[in-house]
Amino acid sequence: MNIPCYDLVIIGAGPAGMTAASTASEYGLKVAILDEQATLGGQIYRSLSQPTLVNESILGPDYYQGRALISKIQKTKFDYLSSCTVWGVSSDLIVNFSCQQKGRQIKAKKLLIATGAQERPAPFPGWTLPGVMTCGSAQILLKSSGITPSGPLVIAGSGPLLLLIAAQLNRAGVEIKAILDTTPKGRYIAALPYLPKALKNLPILLKGMSLIAEIKQSDIPIYKQVSDLKAANSSQEKVDIVTFKQGNKATSIPCETLLIHQGVVPNVQLSRALQLDHHWHELQHCWHPTLDQWGQTSNPDIFICGDAGGIAGAKAAAYMGELSALKVVQTLKNLSSEKLKNLASTTVKKLNKESAIRPFLDALYRPDKYFLTPSDETLVCRCEEVSAKQIRDMVALGCKGPNQTKAFSRAGMGPCQGRLCGLTVANIIANERKVPVNHVGYYQVRSPIKPITISELTDLTE
Amino acid sequence: MQNALPFNRLETNTSEWVTVFIEDQAVKVRQGDSVAAAVLIAGLTPTRTTPMSSSGRAPYCLMGVCYECLLTIDGKENTQACMTLVHEGMKVNKQHQARQLGQSETFKDEQV
Amino acid sequence: MTQFSTDNSYHPDVCVLGGGIVGLSVAIGLQRNGLDVTVLDESDTALRASRGNFGLVWVQGKGDTLAEYANVSRLSAKLWPQLARRLLTTTGINVQLEQKGGLYLCLSEQELKARQLMLQKMQSNADGDYPFEVLDLQQLREFIPEAGPDVAGATLGPEDGHLNPLLLLRAMTECFLNKGGTINNRGKVTKVTPNQNGFTVFTKNDQYQTAKVVLAAGLGNKELAPQVGLSAPLSPNRGQVLICERVTPFLHYPTGHVRQTNEGTIQLGDSKEDVGFDTGTTTQVIAKIAKRASQMFPILKDIRLIRAWGALRIMTPDGYPLYQASTEHQGAYLVTCHSGVTLGALHEGPIADWIAQDHSELPLEAFNAKRFAL
Repeated sequence: MNIPCYDLVIIGAGPAGMTAASTASEYGLKVAILDEQATLGGQIYRSLSQPTLVNESILGPDYYQGRALISKIQKTKFDYLSSCTVWGVSSDLIVNFSCQQKGRQIKAKKLLIATGAQERPAPFPGWTLPGVMTCGSAQILLKSSGITPSGPLVIAGSGPLLLLIAAQLNRAGVEIKAILDTTPKGRYIAALPYLPKALKNLPILLKGMSLIAEIKQSDIPIYKQVSDLKAANSSQEKVDIVTFKQGNKATSIPCETLLIHQGVVPNVQLSRALQLDHHWHELQHCWHPTLDQWGQTSNPDIFICGDAGGIAGAKAAAYMGELSALKVVQTLKNLSSEKLKNLASTTVKKLNKESAIRPFLDALYRPDKYFLTPSDETLVCRCEEVSAKQIRDMVALGCKGPNQTKAFSRAGMGPCQGRLCGLTVANIIANERKVPVNHVGYYQVRSPIKPITISELTDLTE
Repeated sequence: MQNALPFNRLETNTSEWVTVFIEDQAVKVRQGDSVAAAVLIAGLTPTRTTPMSSSGRAPYCLMGVCYECLLTIDGKENTQACMTLVHEGMKVNKQHQARQLGQSETFKDEQV
Repeated sequence: MTQFSTDNSYHPDVCVLGGGIVGLSVAIGLQRNGLDVTVLDESDTALRASRGNFGLVWVQGKGDTLAEYANVSRLSAKLWPQLARRLLTTTGINVQLEQKGGLYLCLSEQELKARQLMLQKMQSNADGDYPFEVLDLQQLREFIPEAGPDVAGATLGPEDGHLNPLLLLRAMTECFLNKGGTINNRGKVTKVTPNQNGFTVFTKNDQYQTAKVVLAAGLGNKELAPQVGLSAPLSPNRGQVLICERVTPFLHYPTGHVRQTNEGTIQLGDSKEDVGFDTGTTTQVIAKIAKRASQMFPILKDIRLIRAWGALRIMTPDGYPLYQASTEHQGAYLVTCHSGVTLGALHEGPIADWIAQDHSELPLEAFNAKRFAL
């Protein structure tokens, strides 16, 4: 089988992937983007090449600003392989993917992983009920389909996306019964030391404050320091009530849809399957692939940029995409490191300014332990229906880490391959053993990182 | 079939509209919708039952990470609805627990 | 309960080095003999052949060049129901043992013929006491209607079966702990020193003084064996295993390459590679495994592969087990094989008895490392 070969293969078509493609192409490299979506934009600029909503004020200007990037990339010379799901990469950088139910391969001289982030799994009692969805999913519905969730709607959680989606849905006319802010007491104080640095990125701080003001003006009831969040059903098997506490006061609110959010974490499935080095990021409370300033991983031919390398937001992702691409250009075109420094210097400065707010946001929105180490009855592994109690029992049986726990309990063996339970299982084990989370480790991830059919695999035997 | 309040469609830019069949009922959806969006707008719930305990589940993340939105699409079971786009005449059915293997491939009566 | 004594070390009757299926089988068998046992087991990311295996309790074709191996495999299969019952009563865990027979499918007439000749030879070496049947495709379809048109036929081993290897590991762990055993989960052994009272076993943080040590650490035995006057010429052999999504039950007999677990997931495998200690997977091999599976059962072609892994078999030069007591240092025993599941009942039974009582009816000389010396 003749496998097409590219100078640079990029996985993901969000701001990081698109900017990298555009930069690399500018310098004459042969570039391909593998995108599991059908159109450019990743998650943040989803469907932006053909926007869905007539009323552009709903999503707000930040979304539509991405148009410039999309136009630029559409004029760039590169191969766009859309609706292609990457399931593995071999040691000689042959990328295995499936497209329209056929197994295919392309070869890369350099690989750039720009697969972005996923919502942090936020388990709590009742989170598996139909009608409980992530805030990110509501954004996807707005962007790709112009759809809003059925009301009465309750939005619960902690983090910038919570405010954004609440404002967007409110502008769209959705009946929002309540916003439940689960940010625990003391977070603002904890975040204060990071505020001076955050001021370097004043625009984002101001944006945040204006969102808060917009929501306050909307008269949507906001409950702060919410604890003990639970979703329940009384009749049919879907959520119809959410209960919570504030101190000793208990409240319950009937709802048709419950949107939840506890921040986002890097999607490390592919970087783990490639056995690249990772390290624990205490402030973001998740694993990061270990990268240098160009996004180069422990494998010199593999780069990671954007949120897949650590949460930094869309603008920062675009800057990082450019920097990784410049490094690849330097390597493949044999440019001097002096030249690379010059080409990169403006973007490096912009990236530093953009990233300055990150530690403040990370400290402010650190997930509460209610979600990190959920109560016994909470399902931790949604796929295999393993509860937090069962995980704790495994630790009592002697399981020291997530792999033995997986072997004994089946947690992590379902189709999501541990994406929704890995962090929680590790947190629970660490908590039971009274050791830091990074001592506990993570699942050993192997290819295929996405389920593929037997026939798609057989396609690769010629 | 509709047993939850359907999600609501706002005013959208011009596009093709297609008819899909969700649990045999015709539903009009927009070109570019994922099948997950289609079942939400149809008000179908739950969209699957789990293999282990037959618990009801429905789409959760809509971005291909959680695998809760597994449905039977055009006869193919356990297909991620959020990663599949609608097309005219598509047949969508709930995923009932574990996948059934196609009955067409038993060779019991075939003479060798 | 192992007492911690004043000389800063633990004093169990026996230290079993290795907490996988082999180590735990021996450990619970030793407990049955009234001994106080401590198991020393490596960490969460240990190589763990026990987590990677196929779950077959397999007899047919084993020991075609060593009759003693054929015999102990059959013996173990016969002892398995008893062990499964004991694990169920002690822990409440059903390891899902099923022994209704196993099928080895062949995709060509030559392969089927070769296999038939091998099994016939084993049967004549055993004076006719070796049960098997050769099935053509039509006969095979009476067992498995879904066998595809490319299948030439299969050999049926009526004594073959399978179980759930992860539940087995968990059941053995619980059984061992319930009976008062101790497991050190940070117990990678750094050194074993023979002395006048037996052996001192060192881990990173602890020390054990014991009269008997059992080397059941899989590939780790290679380094440990010389410290007690034994030799374990072992090397890793990788088998890649694929697990597919759950489907409603259709495969009611385990086969050599495809097995349906109790959960309904489909397991595909049987590859062999010499790649050192690499537990990764490769596209060529998993594609080949997938192709073979879809030829055997075309019904599988649309089902999805969910995970894959590489498991390292513990291979001796001839593939047969090593069971040996050290003559240089009395009290040290080597127990190593690549069929820890099939031989699990043997290890819990006669092998544990051999170690506890220092005599055995088993033909242990056949499993001595001396057979590798030229």
